[in-house]
Parts: sequence; C-alpha cells; structure tokens
Amino acid sequence: MLERSEINNPAPGKLSNTSLLPDEIKIKKRRSIVKGIIYILLTLLAIVCFIPFLMMLVNATRSNDAILTGFTLVPGSSLIENYHTMMDYVNIWNGFKNSLIISVSVTVLTGYFSALTAYGFAFYKFKGKNFLFVFMLVMMMVPGQLGLIGFYELSKTLGILDTFIPLIVPAVASPFVVFFLRQYIQTTLHPSLIEAARIDGASEWKIFHTVAIPIMMPAIATMSIFTFIGSWNNYIMPLVILFSPEKYTLPVLMGFLKGSQVAQNLGSMYLGIAISVVPIMIAFLFLSKYIVNSISAGAIKE
Amino acid sequence: MKNLDRYGYYFIAPFWIIFLVFNIYPVALTLYYSFTNYNGSGTSEVVGFANYARLITDSYFLEAFVNTWKIWGINFALQIAIALILAAIFSDLRVKMKGLSFFRAIFYLPNLITVSSVALLFGILLDWQHGSLNLVLLNLGLISEPINWLNEPATAQLSVSLILTWMWFGHSFIVVMAGVSGISRDYYEAALIDGANRWQTFSKITLPLLKPILLYIMITSLIGGLQLFDLPMLLTDGIGSPEGSLNTMVLYLYNQAFKYNNYGYAAAVAYGLFIITVIFSAIVFKSMYRDQKKQARQV
Repeated sequence: MLERSEINNPAPGKLSNTSLLPDEIKIKKRRSIVKGIIYILLTLLAIVCFIPFLMMLVNATRSNDAILTGFTLVPGSSLIENYHTMMDYVNIWNGFKNSLIISVSVTVLTGYFSALTAYGFAFYKFKGKNFLFVFMLVMMMVPGQLGLIGFYELSKTLGILDTFIPLIVPAVASPFVVFFLRQYIQTTLHPSLIEAARIDGASEWKIFHTVAIPIMMPAIATMSIFTFIGSWNNYIMPLVILFSPEKYTLPVLMGFLKGSQVAQNLGSMYLGIAISVVPIMIAFLFLSKYIVNSISAGAIKE
Repeated sequence: MKNLDRYGYYFIAPFWIIFLVFNIYPVALTLYYSFTNYNGSGTSEVVGFANYARLITDSYFLEAFVNTWKIWGINFALQIAIALILAAIFSDLRVKMKGLSFFRAIFYLPNLITVSSVALLFGILLDWQHGSLNLVLLNLGLISEPINWLNEPATAQLSVSLILTWMWFGHSFIVVMAGVSGISRDYYEAALIDGANRWQTFSKITLPLLKPILLYIMITSLIGGLQLFDLPMLLTDGIGSPEGSLNTMVLYLYNQAFKYNNYGYAAAVAYGLFIITVIFSAIVFKSMYRDQKKQARQV
C-alpha cells in the first residue's frame, strides 16, 4: 500500500522526487524478479505434491511390460485389461461399498450422539457433571492404540469379531467432537430460547431436535468431514477386527492387494490404488475451501 | 415448573454406556493383560511386572523407539521449515503473492489420501529396478545407478520421513497460515515503517506470536508420529525390514499381539508407548511454556 501511493502521487516537490524514481523502479523490478522465482518454486512444489498421483493415473493405463521398460506421461491403452486382471483377484468395489457403509454410519452416529451429549452437558445441571466432563477430556488424550488388545478381546467375547459392529458402534462416544460441539453451542444457543420453547409446551426431546440440532448444524458438518475422512482412512482397527476378504474395507484391501497375485501386474496395481484415491480427490475438488477453513478454525479454537 | 435436569442424564447416557464398554473397559483390560502372560487363548497367570521388566531391556523395542523418533524428527523438522517458509512468503506485505487458496489446496491434497494407498503407491514408485522414480532420475542423469530406496536402512527411513513430510507439510502450512492471519497487520505495517528487514520481521514478530500454534502442531504431530504404523507396515514386509529400520513402536505392538500372540507383552508395549507419549508431550508443553514465561518477565 505504502509504496504504491508514493509512486502514484509525485507530490509537491517534483524535482526531488524525480531523482528517487529510478531507484524505485529498480527496486520494483528486482521485486518482480524475486516474485517470479518464488512463483516458479511454488509451482515446483505443487508439482511434487501432484506428480505421484499423475504417475499413478498414467501407469494405471499402461501394461506391465510398458511400465517395466520405462517411464512416460503419455497414457497407454491397457486400462480395460488392467481392470480385468485386478477384478479377477480382488473385488475393489466391494471394499468401496464396505468402507462407505462403515464411514457413513460412523459419521451419522458421531454427529447425532455427540450433539446429544454436548447439549446434555451444556444446558442441564446435574450431579457429577463437571467430573464427567473433565474425565472425558482426560480420556480424550489417550491414544487409540492403548486399548487395542483389550478391544480385540472384548469383541471376541461379544462374538462380534469379523463384523462391522466394533467398527461402527464405538462412534457413539467421540469425546473430541462432544467437546467441540459443547464449546460451539454454549456460544450460539441462548438458554432463553430453550425456555421459550418450553413455555410453548415443547418436550425436551423436541427442543433438542427442532431447536438445538439446526443451530449446531454448521459445527456438526465441520466435524463430520473429519470424522468421515478419519473413518475412511482407518487401517489398524479393521485390520485387526476383519478376517473375511469380502468384508475388508478399502485400506485393508489395499494391503491385501499388495500380498496377492495382482502385485505381479504393476498396471493393475496402480489401477487399484487409483480407484481408491480418485473419489477422495474429486470430493476434495468441491470441498477444498471448506476443509481448509475447518482446519484453520480447529487450530485456532484449541 | 417441574425439574427437567434429569434429562441431562438421559442425554449423556448413550455416550457413557458406549464409552464405558468400548473405550474405558478395553483400556483397563489391556492394563490387566500387561501384568499377565496371556497368549490369546487358554488360561493365563499374573506375572507382576515381568512384562515391563522385559520391555525396558528389550533391544527390539529400544530399536523401534529410536526408529520412530528418527523418522518423526526428520519429517517434523522438514515439514515445519517448509510450512514456515511458505507462511513467510504468503504473509509478506512487500511481495504480495497471489494464489494462496490454490497452492494451499494442492499442498494439502496428499494429506487426504488413505495412508495405505500412499504406502502402496510409493512402494512401487520407489521400487529398485522398475520403480518410476529411479527410471526418471536415471533418465535425467541425476543418478548413474538405481538407488535401492527401500532396501537400505538409511534410505528406507529417509523415504518414510520424506513421504510423511510430503503428506503433512500442507496441513502444517494451513495451520501456520491460520495463526499468521490472526496476527494484527498493524505490527507488520509498523515494522515496515521502521525499516525492519524480512528476517527481523519474521523472527521478532511472526515467530514469537506463532508460538501457541507451533506448540499445537508439534504436540499433535508428535502424538501422531509416535503411533506411526500404516506406512512402515505396508511399505516393506510388515515386520520392519530392512534390518529392522522400519520397525516402529506400534508396528512392534501389532506384531507382538497379532502375529506372535504375545498379548500380555504387547499390552505392556502399549502402556510403554502411552507413558512415552505422555512424558514427551509434557516436556514439549513445559519447555514452550517456560520460554513464554521468561519472555514475559523480560518485557
């Protein structure tokens, strides 16, 4: 701002200013060269971020022999062949379906029950409330792996190994989301609104569903994105819980792909990876701004 | 009006039932197993602190501990350096850079992709004989011999570090940028008028004011880094080859439990890992906090 106004307004003392101008131009010129170099470096970095995906897409269309002999960015013509080779061994769409079922259920359960819990903590006074809340915060710090062995044994005892239940039901209790939503609703929902609804004769459940949930929706949506991504990418839990290949989620299926016959054919291998990656990339195309803003908001609220 | 506060219990009940069953109970059960010689079936007996005694003298666990730190440390240093440089570039008032949202989105993209897909992708891209990376480097004349990335301990660890950097620097950049945008422009304009150069502006204004954000990145990255599992599991053979250089703590835990059926010992590994995480988080937190106090006193 400052420099532009200096140049654009060659103010009163014109003589003294003319002697300054060449310097200003020099600085500006140097600055634009620096700027150009920075843009080139940024573009290079962007290419580094993107090139593995590009290699993946190109190689997914090439035959195994072509990939072994050399690298090119020109697509090949073996896409359909690679697809059939892969599908002969691994039904990737099945993994897709399993991942989708689990991730959607987890996201819905987390959103609904976290909102319920957050509302309960925020707007009712009851004995032990503060203790329970603090206890929940402490447990939030405990990493998931700590209880892994106990969790496996529990699932074995309950007879729910090799089912989706242990991967879905625990989503009802998501401390971080409860914490986030409670902070949110305390600042956005005024108790007088609840009082007004009560006077109108609405039941507590109705107030929650028709007053609180709509107000919490933006925060629930933000958390849902991360819940969904987290569940979609989860690897160690389904790896431990699921045994039958037809129940594998996409990440587990990826590991399975590596150990299977498909690994012999690199083109099919790349295609399998591409199928697991491309939907996320397309979703990101539409949601990138929203996701970036959510990460920023999450970090600053901490 | 009747007392409605009992609804508080109804509303939080589902959470607590599930939380107790699927979270608290497994954590407690794991603690119990860590004092037994349970092997996944049959009976087991309580062995006291034997598993923990074994843990602190276990050279494989020590190796996993060192590996995890090495891999995380290199990755974190690179990731935070890139994020800070990018933030310095995009927040500079003199060089007004455009395209922030475009670059931010591209830089963040690798973070969204399922880690197991990333591992598989790099596993074949980094392949010694046929991997595209070696083919490209050979074609460009940058190397004369193909590099055996995943078969030498040093390059294997470096590869994992670099993949992690590739995956996470965009995320750190977004978070750092969020912190930078929270810093009042007045400071920068004042610095500009006072004739401060770029380095002074960055080291005297941006960096100190970013401390809470950097602390946040460091702690979350550390907790995530100590749990490193997917990449080392899928990049090589799943037990930490070459020469145990990719053997991380969680990978060791997983293999002890689900490959060798040493549930009791694996439970002790889990608690060892937990204690390490708590200690190091506390150290990071405390050192950052002490710095802040010192600074406050100086002012």
